[in-house]
Amino acid sequence: MNTLILRETTRVLFTLILVFSVATLLRGHDAPGGGFVGGLIASTAFSLYIFVADPKDVRRLVRADPLKTAAAGLALAILSGLIGPILGGRPFLSGEWVEIGAVELGTPLLFDFGVYLVVVGAVLTFALEIKEPGAAPAADSEE
Amino acid sequence: METVVAVLVGVLMASSVYLMLRRNLVRFVLGLALISHTANLLIFSSGGLHGTFPPLVPPGELVPGDGAANALPQALILTAIVISFSVFAFLLVLAFRTYQRLETADPDSMRSAEPVIAAGRIDGSASGGRQ
Amino acid sequence: MSWLLASAIVLPLASGVVGLSLRPRRAVQQCVSLLAAIGHLGIAIALLVKVWREGILVAQVGEWPAPFGITLVADHLSSAMVLITAVLGMATIVYALCDIDENALVKDFHPPLQALIGAVCGAFLTGDIFNLYVWYEVMLIASLALLISGGRKAQLDGAVRYAALSLVATTMLLSGIGLLYGMTGTLNMADLHLRVQQVENQGLLSVVAILFVFAFGIKAAVFPLFFWLPASYHTPKVAVSAIFAGLLTKVGVYSMIRVFTLIFTHDVGYTHGILLWTAGLTMVTGVLGAASHNELRRILSFHIISQIGYMVLGLALFTPLALVGAVFYILHHIIVKANLFFVAGATERLSGSSDLKTLGGVYREQPLLAALFFVPAFSLAGFPPLSGFWAKLLVIKASLASQQYWIAAVALGVGLLTLYSMTKIWVNGFWKARPASAEEPPPLTRPNRLLLLSPIICLAAITLAIGLWPGPLYDLAERAGHELMDPSKYVEAVLGPSQTASIDAGTGVAK
Repeated sequence: MNTLILRETTRVLFTLILVFSVATLLRGHDAPGGGFVGGLIASTAFSLYIFVADPKDVRRLVRADPLKTAAAGLALAILSGLIGPILGGRPFLSGEWVEIGAVELGTPLLFDFGVYLVVVGAVLTFALEIKEPGAAPAADSEE
Repeated sequence: METVVAVLVGVLMASSVYLMLRRNLVRFVLGLALISHTANLLIFSSGGLHGTFPPLVPPGELVPGDGAANALPQALILTAIVISFSVFAFLLVLAFRTYQRLETADPDSMRSAEPVIAAGRIDGSASGGRQ
Repeated sequence: MSWLLASAIVLPLASGVVGLSLRPRRAVQQCVSLLAAIGHLGIAIALLVKVWREGILVAQVGEWPAPFGITLVADHLSSAMVLITAVLGMATIVYALCDIDENALVKDFHPPLQALIGAVCGAFLTGDIFNLYVWYEVMLIASLALLISGGRKAQLDGAVRYAALSLVATTMLLSGIGLLYGMTGTLNMADLHLRVQQVENQGLLSVVAILFVFAFGIKAAVFPLFFWLPASYHTPKVAVSAIFAGLLTKVGVYSMIRVFTLIFTHDVGYTHGILLWTAGLTMVTGVLGAASHNELRRILSFHIISQIGYMVLGLALFTPLALVGAVFYILHHIIVKANLFFVAGATERLSGSSDLKTLGGVYREQPLLAALFFVPAFSLAGFPPLSGFWAKLLVIKASLASQQYWIAAVALGVGLLTLYSMTKIWVNGFWKARPASAEEPPPLTRPNRLLLLSPIICLAAITLAIGLWPGPLYDLAERAGHELMDPSKYVEAVLGPSQTASIDAGTGVAK
């Protein structure tokens, strides 16, 4: 699997895919795209990297614990739903918007970003789990 | 068009059931992946296959024009895809770990949770882990 | 006051997320979980009180009006289920303080447990059938994470079986929802109640109904779809088994009751007839399976199946009294069943075995534990004056009232066999002398013993209280049962009176 061609292409593609994923995330509100697709695209970048590199290197590159990343994303998504009830006394998950110049920023974007993090975190967790040999030292004490 | 999709759903469903009945965990997992896609296709076709353009709201309007595809089944499918994707990822890891620990991918020879009944007597194990 | 409804779901989920971000810290993990459980209990009590005083509560998520957005609905049944979930969650977390104390396991236990509690409450409170599917999947992932935590061989083996059948169930549910949407053009359950009456092809509706029977049947572990349950429930830690035994199958039964009182009532003779047969066979196979096993938790797992039969029976008879019985049965059963698993775990912990062959002398060594086993065990068998007696009485009375004498006979016979099975545990595990070969387990410290026994004592007290004063619970079950038999209040609460009228006028199926 770990061929020269894949390694060198990954070097180029990795950044490119990540930039593309962020672009997909940001255009998501009014056009096709969004947190989930963006997150999936980003996780293909990381999966490519996992293919060619040692899982340890991947963990060093990502720094944050993948599961904690997913947790942070979930927290962000829940938070985005709570902004409506807290600020305006409206029901859970109501959209709140702020206009900064020509750009409208709203809680749906926050929600999408949360989803993005959840997807990346979850895929990384699973992919690393498969790649790392015997990561879980399961103890069958009785055997 | 509906007929073609209906036949396709049938074929896909049959294939996934065939895969799931194999005595191999990997094929079973693949069968499950296929069956969830079959369900998605079913929802897609049940929403009606009459739309001619994507249900996007043109600038200045409040609703998409006449003849737009039904957006709700697509939203449902997207949700279902998200969910089945995560479940599938989980299941892959589970199947892989099970194969590593139990050293078999044949569900029939996995007897850790329910030990084999020998000579009409049931060998229940204390916490399920003893062999 | 829609926050009350949403917070019953959001609070456990949020605490799970917090727990996930604090992974390695054990004490913090337990504190977060405990605080969330206390808060959840408060919310659940407030919810039930509010529903009791003011009737059905409705919240529209994200301000999308029904039937377009997701609606959260709390009627008497759902709010009672949420309360009982909160009680059980609390008991499980206290029990787990002692049962799951290894550092490596604590961080894998509390976050998914909270997610599970949140998802279960979501399933109880949602008024949208697709949202129900989503909660099922969240529940599945959370329960799988709990099931494999620890990673012993038997756990992985059980988890594969559990995951396999559960996924088939949710796929069927999804297909059913898709077909139902194709016929009616709506996903809101109250709206579905109105729209299914306008569907031309009622035969196709029955086909979809059977898809739902299959999907919820696998989840509820009815005959012949129960094989995943005895294969997996005895493998994880006791705290995990207990909350699974108490809650998961009951979510299946709850969904069945909801769907078959609100949506599929077009051909009661056919659909509920199938449910009646299923109920009878479930009762019998479950109890026979239990009688043939020797390991405590495996016996109890089979009893779950047989008890599910009684609840489905209540639904299948489809009379007001039968539904009251079913609701009463579910509420009593969740407490009793989880408590039995706690007792089985405590017995294993305090006397070193859970196999009837090597177990013994518990009555002499642990008289308190023996007394605590007695209450839920004989309540399960339907011994007066414990809670199970009233539950069985209601269901059997309802089946006699609708002249289904054979099913009443089956229910009574199964009750006797349950009694036999419980007596077997009592005689072999508690009364007979400890076998010479059995070894003494290491003794527990006092605080740990207290942590292990206090949830059991509380749940047993609830069982006794229901048994001695069945009035309040009966009133609750009666209100819930009548709400189920006459869904017009539910529909009006969700859609509003004007909407109901306009659809009745015949606007047809909207696409």
